[in-house]
Amino acid sequence: MAKKKIRVVIAKPGLDGHDRGAKVIARALRDAGMEVIYTGLRQTPEQIASAALQEDVDVIGLSILSGAHLVIVNRLMELLRENKLADDVLVLVGGIIPSEDIPVLKQAGVAEVFQPGTPTQAIIEFIRTRAK
Amino acid sequence: MTKESKTLTEERRETQRKPTPAELQWEETVLRKALEVSPERPGGFTTVSGVPLRRLYTPADLPEFDAERDLGFPGQPPYTRGIHATMYRGRLWTMRQFSGFATPEETNRRYHYLLSQGQTGLSVAFDLPTLMGYDSDHALAEGEVGKCGVAVSSLRDMEVLFDRIPLAQVTTSMTINSPAAIIWAMYLAVAEKQGAKLEQLSGTIQNDILKEYIAQKEYIFPPAPSMRLVVDTFEFGVKHTPRWNTISISGYHIREAGSTALQELAFTLRDGIEYVEWGIARGLDVDEFVPRLSFFFNAHNDFFEEIAKYRAARRIWYRVMSERFRARTERARMLRFHTQTAGCSLTAQQPYVNVIRTTIQALAAVLGGTQSLHTNSLDEAWALPTEAAATLALRTQQVIAHESGVTNTVDPLGGSYFLEWFTNEMERGCNEYFEKIDALGGMIPAIERGYPQREIAEAAYRYQQAVDRKEKIIVGVNEYAAAEEPPIEILQIDESVARRQKERLAELRRTRDNRRVTQCLRDLEAAARGDKNTMPYILEAVRAYATLGEICDAFRSVFGTYEEVSIT
Repeated sequence: MAKKKIRVVIAKPGLDGHDRGAKVIARALRDAGMEVIYTGLRQTPEQIASAALQEDVDVIGLSILSGAHLVIVNRLMELLRENKLADDVLVLVGGIIPSEDIPVLKQAGVAEVFQPGTPTQAIIEFIRTRAK
Repeated sequence: MTKESKTLTEERRETQRKPTPAELQWEETVLRKALEVSPERPGGFTTVSGVPLRRLYTPADLPEFDAERDLGFPGQPPYTRGIHATMYRGRLWTMRQFSGFATPEETNRRYHYLLSQGQTGLSVAFDLPTLMGYDSDHALAEGEVGKCGVAVSSLRDMEVLFDRIPLAQVTTSMTINSPAAIIWAMYLAVAEKQGAKLEQLSGTIQNDILKEYIAQKEYIFPPAPSMRLVVDTFEFGVKHTPRWNTISISGYHIREAGSTALQELAFTLRDGIEYVEWGIARGLDVDEFVPRLSFFFNAHNDFFEEIAKYRAARRIWYRVMSERFRARTERARMLRFHTQTAGCSLTAQQPYVNVIRTTIQALAAVLGGTQSLHTNSLDEAWALPTEAAATLALRTQQVIAHESGVTNTVDPLGGSYFLEWFTNEMERGCNEYFEKIDALGGMIPAIERGYPQREIAEAAYRYQQAVDRKEKIIVGVNEYAAAEEPPIEILQIDESVARRQKERLAELRRTRDNRRVTQCLRDLEAAARGDKNTMPYILEAVRAYATLGEICDAFRSVFGTYEEVSIT
């Protein structure tokens, strides 16, 4: 039986429009054989949680460069828990995240934080190893 | 590079070259022997944008070059060598550090500090809610207030931002696009309160909505009403603020989104053409309004590619304005530009290395003849700069200006075979892009079809692949990485900023004349529905302390909002 494709939603929450990273990652994951849904810009945590639910994804990748990551991630994790998705979906954050915020994000339920300069291959491998 | 892997561009270039017998003889003897003894490094030689380069440039690379026609002299058409006859021997470029964070009080303190350190112009960075036309107390502003810049929701905030800064004397650049007309009106209102006359004011609003659709994506309204607001500012500026640049047509963000140097140049200048066409359609005279259009370019790592880009920009704009638009005055054909070093080139790893990157980039901007410059701080891959990092960035410019000696001579690289070839190549590539975009019906139809967006996404992905494969080396990231990195100090903006902003807004809404506000907003809405210039109505609303969000809502109700079709 063919292995099921890993399904990923790449989302750009908050007001920021700098989508270079989100687009590069979406394309790299797609080239690596994953099913990628890119939400487009300015998605609220509610919209992202609902996309994750409807699309039955294995991974949520958030691209955040604006400094609003703590507020956004806490709200999203709350919604995922409400929808009983928190244990099944791997939540990843990429972008400009100060190192001291990484433990805070992980405590909130984020599986990994990828800071600037991460090779796309490292992200692909992380997802392959960890996605359920 | 091996023969098999030569690109079409390279092949075309090779067949067109007519080297002299002396050059051929050098190739056959000296070069051949050198390559036999020690071959060149593998992997080929390309710029950061992927342009393949020859090992040596000679007169054979400039077959139709006419120095008088293509270079002229500085301060003279086609301005390839610079827009002033004496360039930096007369006046240095304006050292204009982009700055803004947290509340207007905190940013005002930073401005006073930067001016005390020898900075010569101000440049305001607004936070994301302000850029998107939301007040600090809007639900969508949650978590974003004061984070990426200073929060400004009303004239009250603007008064604090420029407290004890004489606006008749400083020049101020404001990075604001979709709500540019409103923020500009707030600035004009503060200046009026200080007793300044509008015609004395000098500065720039970015106001470049096209590059928002293309690259930075901070748009509110659809293209047509957005362009109308831009042209409203052009028209108002011609009448009332003759020293104000009503737009800064920006390649910076296009480059940051991952474009090549050529794409940055071509899309920016084609945007410029679009604005000129819209101004003409309004009935404005090119020789009157085009002199107030300014430009803004990126300075990336690839030194000569960047210098060629700036020199080509001036020559192309001169030719476009002369040939396409029949401009007669020199000021309408002269491209003036601001430069910022490339934020996207900075690394979070080994951040002190960013000072060196920024120095090289800033030097390219100066050798390319920039009118003003922002140098990024070393910590910008982490956060907005600390005061110490911002000071070092300003010092970088001061060292180039006063110690490097490059300011002694006008266009010191002019006449270099390599640089002149590259400048020509930029112009040729740019004209090819103009043809493609013209064929699509202009920049707005091109944007609606996702053409520039797709070109940029493609280039960004190619670059990332080259970095992942180590075809392009980034020091400290994919090579020379450090095992352990000590953390650096970074600027923290906490949520108390949002709380203070909300309190100020609540007080404002309580104490202002709300009847007057409602009336102003109603008048503004009526103006937006008709075809009157909206600027006087915006000014009235701003003077009555209507907030940014309220004014944008009035426009939203008339114009609607824009949603892009995402391209990945």
